Amino acid sequence: MNLHEYQGKQLFAEYHLPVSNSQVIFSANEAKEACFKIGGCKWVVKAQVHAGGRGKAGGVKLVNSPEEAEAFALNWLGKQLVTYQTDANGQKVSAILIESCTDIAKELYLSAVIDRSSRKIVFIASSEGGVNIEDVAKNSPEKIIYESIDPLTGPLPFQARRISKVLGLNSLQSKQFNQMLPNFVRLFQEKDLSLLEINPLVIKEDGNLHCLDAKINIDSNALFRQPKLVEMRDPSQEDPKEQEAAKFDLSYVSLDGNIGCMVNGAGLAMGTMDTIKFFGGDPANFLDVGGTATQERVANAFKIILADPKVKVVLVNIFGGIVRCDLIAKGILAAIDEVGVNVPVIVRLEGNNAESGSAIIEESNYAIESLNNLQEAAKRAVELAQ
Amino acid sequence: MSILVNKDTRLLVQGFTGSQATMHSEQAIAYGTNVVGGVTPGKGGSLHLDKPVFNSVLEAKELVNPNAAIIFVPAPFCKDSILEAAEAGIELIICITEGVPTLDMLIVKEKIDALGLKLIGPNCPGVITPGEAKLGIMPGDIHLRGSVGIISRSGTLTYEAVKQTTDLGLGQSTCVGIGGDPIPGSSFIDILKLFQEDDETKAIVLVGEIGGSAEEEAADFIASYVTKPVISYIAGQTAPAGKRMGHAGAIIAGGKGTAADKIAKLKSCGVHIADNLLEIGNTVKAVLG
Repeated sequence: MNLHEYQGKQLFAEYHLPVSNSQVIFSANEAKEACFKIGGCKWVVKAQVHAGGRGKAGGVKLVNSPEEAEAFALNWLGKQLVTYQTDANGQKVSAILIESCTDIAKELYLSAVIDRSSRKIVFIASSEGGVNIEDVAKNSPEKIIYESIDPLTGPLPFQARRISKVLGLNSLQSKQFNQMLPNFVRLFQEKDLSLLEINPLVIKEDGNLHCLDAKINIDSNALFRQPKLVEMRDPSQEDPKEQEAAKFDLSYVSLDGNIGCMVNGAGLAMGTMDTIKFFGGDPANFLDVGGTATQERVANAFKIILADPKVKVVLVNIFGGIVRCDLIAKGILAAIDEVGVNVPVIVRLEGNNAESGSAIIEESNYAIESLNNLQEAAKRAVELAQ
Repeated sequence: MSILVNKDTRLLVQGFTGSQATMHSEQAIAYGTNVVGGVTPGKGGSLHLDKPVFNSVLEAKELVNPNAAIIFVPAPFCKDSILEAAEAGIELIICITEGVPTLDMLIVKEKIDALGLKLIGPNCPGVITPGEAKLGIMPGDIHLRGSVGIISRSGTLTYEAVKQTTDLGLGQSTCVGIGGDPIPGSSFIDILKLFQEDDETKAIVLVGEIGGSAEEEAADFIASYVTKPVISYIAGQTAPAGKRMGHAGAIIAGGKGTAADKIAKLKSCGVHIADNLLEIGNTVKAVLG
């Protein structure tokens, strides 16, 4: 799950990490009052969407009057912001963050992720901030430092000093960073983050370190113990079909093709998509109905797949492990009966009791074909989709 | 021979009396696995599926001496259950549950390594040595005892590979599902080492998927240490970047972890690639001649 910048900065403030004085607004008429509350005569207004690249897309602006801030909010709230990180439709601007203006002396980069290889939280820092870190890694790797945190000891001052050196901090800033680093780690661990990124972390004109941006991803597996973060979820930033699927505990990702897929297991679902593509077709979605494909789950899966008007044919690929295929076949028919499916359906059942499962499908009155190997099933689906 | 589990495996089931554990324990016992008991705190002293129930792993360890444990408890309690089994000195711990928080796994993995124990999973189908022991949720009857060792990050995709090698009469020595999470208890490399040393295993199938760099690390290991033929299929060749494909580990992030990169790397390290899912069995057969 992703957070908005303003939510990330609320967490930063909670962990004594330096952020700008700010207000978040959800309607344009709150803009002027927000500017007065913050004070000063210059503000930065930032459109809140779950995507980077906002500045280049016009979603971030320096304004010199509360009226200008209001005009920005009026222009952007509820509109779609398209950046290089979004798709062509962009993401809906659901809030505007208004901040006091920061005088920047230098832009730096800091992030933390869980590194799968070393199995530790790793901090990535660079003296080149405000730019794409992947480019820095490619063009000037010597400007990046990776520092992993030992779960036994936590972050140590020598590590903070090592990062400070690469960031080019003076002794005062280095002391500040030494105080910040344990707070970043605590935030990461206590809130179950999977990504924390500050790009840029800046040195202000007055010489102090300051977090100018906040990108935070949370480990979805840990949401059960993060009720406050769950409240921060912004459904407007998520694909409605994916949300609907999540409600039914189905894993769904919408794609561009016209062959709807329903598969049990994430790996097999990807394998099925690949097979469709191999035979010249295009999958409309990734959908994992889970290990136990019950009638209820299959019915919900059909509803979600068929809500996509692109879908011309549905390919069901179930490897019945512990669940018997004859029961799955009955579930599929009952689900089709319940939902009212009006496109051809190809079913491939394999595993436990597959033959009687296929027989049940063939004897039904629906426009549904049973093919017992994936190759034929995928070919047939591709043929029908053309 | 085989790896990890065999007829001498003495299995303890954690979360024994729950519905999933009950169903899969029944199947395991029917398959011939030696289930020596289970743990459900508060239900110690009773019998379940004719096997003794204990309040703690330590109690079970003292009384029935299990050498393997399988965990079916809900995700919020997995860290506790795995570490309880580890503290009791259970050599092989298999965690089936999906949805375990990644930060829990960082601690668990550190501890398991320090104690020199083996953990498979979480979020995995388990381990089976055909005809000897089934420690997991895979369907027993698609397996056939034979010469192919199978390692996979995915459940049903493993079954597909198993079915193909069974249909071709090759069979399997042992099948290990290491799970689809970012921090698995055992890596491809951990299991490759075991298959390399196992006499019965003549070829190894490595079923990978997009996300992370486990396949690339495995490829380097294979180039240096594995003399047996390795056949690989990578799922997610058509997956878009930035979208998580079901498994917590299956996401292409920052242009890294794509199927194309993994396939190129594996090929360069001498691994035989099955271009599509349907060709896994045939590729093994062709390689073994």
